[in-house]
Amino acid sequence: MMEPFVRHTGRLAALARTNVDTDQIIPKQFLKRVERTGFGPALFYDWRFRPDGTANPDFELNHPAARDSSILLVGENFGCGSSREHAVWALREYGFRAILAPSFADIFFANCCQNGLVPVRLLPQEIAELFRRHQAAGGEYQLTVDLEEQRVDDGLGFRTTFSMEPYRREMLLHGLDEIGRTLRFEDRIGAYEKSREPGNGRREGR
Amino acid sequence: MTARTLFDKVWDAHVVHQFPEGPALLYVDLHLVHEVTSPQAFEGLRQAGRRVRRPALTVATVDHNVPTGDRAAPIADPIAARQLEALAVNAREFGLELFDLRSPQQGIVHVIGPELGLTQPGMVIVCGDSHTATHGAFGALALGIGTSEVEHVLATQSLVWSKPGTMEARVTGALAPGVTAKDVILALIGRIGTAGATGHVIEYTGEAIRALSMEERMTVCNMSIEAGARAGMIAPDETTVAYLAGRPRAPSGAAWERAVGKWRELRTDPGATYDKHIELDASEVAPQVTWGTSPGMVTPVTGRVPSPADFTTDAERRAVTRALEYMGLAPGTPLEGLPIDRVFLGSCTNARIEDLRAAARTVRGRHVATGVRAMVVPGSQQVKAQAEREGLDRVFSDAGFEWRNAGCSMCLGMNPDVLQSGERCASTSNRNFEGRQGRGGRTHLMSPPMAAAAAVAGRIVDVRRWEKEPAAP
Repeated sequence: MMEPFVRHTGRLAALARTNVDTDQIIPKQFLKRVERTGFGPALFYDWRFRPDGTANPDFELNHPAARDSSILLVGENFGCGSSREHAVWALREYGFRAILAPSFADIFFANCCQNGLVPVRLLPQEIAELFRRHQAAGGEYQLTVDLEEQRVDDGLGFRTTFSMEPYRREMLLHGLDEIGRTLRFEDRIGAYEKSREPGNGRREGR
Repeated sequence: MTARTLFDKVWDAHVVHQFPEGPALLYVDLHLVHEVTSPQAFEGLRQAGRRVRRPALTVATVDHNVPTGDRAAPIADPIAARQLEALAVNAREFGLELFDLRSPQQGIVHVIGPELGLTQPGMVIVCGDSHTATHGAFGALALGIGTSEVEHVLATQSLVWSKPGTMEARVTGALAPGVTAKDVILALIGRIGTAGATGHVIEYTGEAIRALSMEERMTVCNMSIEAGARAGMIAPDETTVAYLAGRPRAPSGAAWERAVGKWRELRTDPGATYDKHIELDASEVAPQVTWGTSPGMVTPVTGRVPSPADFTTDAERRAVTRALEYMGLAPGTPLEGLPIDRVFLGSCTNARIEDLRAAARTVRGRHVATGVRAMVVPGSQQVKAQAEREGLDRVFSDAGFEWRNAGCSMCLGMNPDVLQSGERCASTSNRNFEGRQGRGGRTHLMSPPMAAAAAVAGRIVDVRRWEKEPAAP
């Protein structure tokens, strides 16, 4: 069951990088688990930890001000590459509830919506402004992401709205199980299957 | 009736239900499953007491984490073994066909679908893998999905998807000798960037695309995701029909005739429009080599490593600075002549029989350079067997390449085939991300003939000149 998301106030962590691919978010050696859990410690592994396993103090999430952050601010095309949903599980388990970016990769965006991690698309200049404010505050910077009102607000004058497809928004707001939602249309799936003429080249009933 | 694109036709034919709030419920004709992105989906079904709605439309194989060495030996990595076992258990419990390590049809999921004839024009095909776009080469609408969506498709045989935009990538002219489909797609990605087609489905058109074989079309569609597109498509034609004829899972007899008749209608109508458009002249494409840590960081082999100063935005300059540091490259360095340590011929992009033939032509009678470790990992056990019938395994072995069993292997390094830190690799795969082939490993993407020539020369070379050089005695 997905945790519903109505609004969330939390500390912002900033990762000023573009085209962050899911291989960076969760490297391949951690994909062998058969559970949905246990990925948080491996988040951004090769960036977070040096080859000897100690924390890399230069990595943004290891800065003291980024501790306990729950909103991630990133550059464009976040989550590109591999479809691995493990990337979203890792971000969620680490503690992130929302990600703010100018753009997301398509599969990653869909995966976020399946796991209560809200992907918020803002204008490039708004993202740039948030990076400025985060830096000016020495990394001690909080935001509220309100999905019900589709608004981002820092309480200090930064206030903007964002769009989210109503279908996805409703799923996230109520933590809906998409399969259960689709199964309400099971009769239509059955009717579609019946409507397809037999022997039309599709492989049926091997 | 309004003029429709190929994409529109396949989309329209699969809409089960249109949600008023945006997306559609699309019927899925073929669901391909592998060991890495499926265990949590099956567990979800089990916990909810759900079944697989259409087991006969679901096919599983193992590819991502399988060792490519001796198949008789036990799997050394117990966690990988557990994941493979989980798929075997799930396939049994839910009644799915599985091509496992003992199967002569085992291979990379995007190689075996087409070669078995499972992949057919006009289908909606999904798999928990971003390179599912490969199957679009047949005029299917094929896309990668996450594990939650895998569970959804297993339970409902349908996918919730908001209709994407369309983008035409028209490739005109003809490819020069030594230039391949891989170079076309890398050049396109270099032009539009790795997010250039985000939110869109690409249709590849133009005489250069029509002239490609099915294997080459698959290479092009495969890397659509590296341009940001979840799917890429090519309208089926005689090349497609000829490829599918006689394949074990393709229709036969009267059903074949009916199917071919339908496939011929799968093309974009005159006057149909796309949301975006890009054009590329194939005759101007040179062999491509990536220099950075994203497939869009690519240049003709005759080019040089760029400088951060060549880029306009701060974000780009930061990304290029990071990439050059990771790759151990200085601005201005020519790509040609760059020494390499490893060569990987494989992956769902370039491990089909034609790829191996092209690479074998380049190395025949030559030998891998001293100090270079080179491996060939066929895309499937059937590709491997075909290559062995043609004697290509001898060509590679005699030249000093390792000849291995099928799997994803060093494309993503989930199995024991990985780069060591600092090693530079000429690779026919699809991603040069940091650490993709092993932490600290430096990947240069290129075509199979380019990678084969690099293996022999021990450095990156321009295969167009190489082909004029005589073989070593």
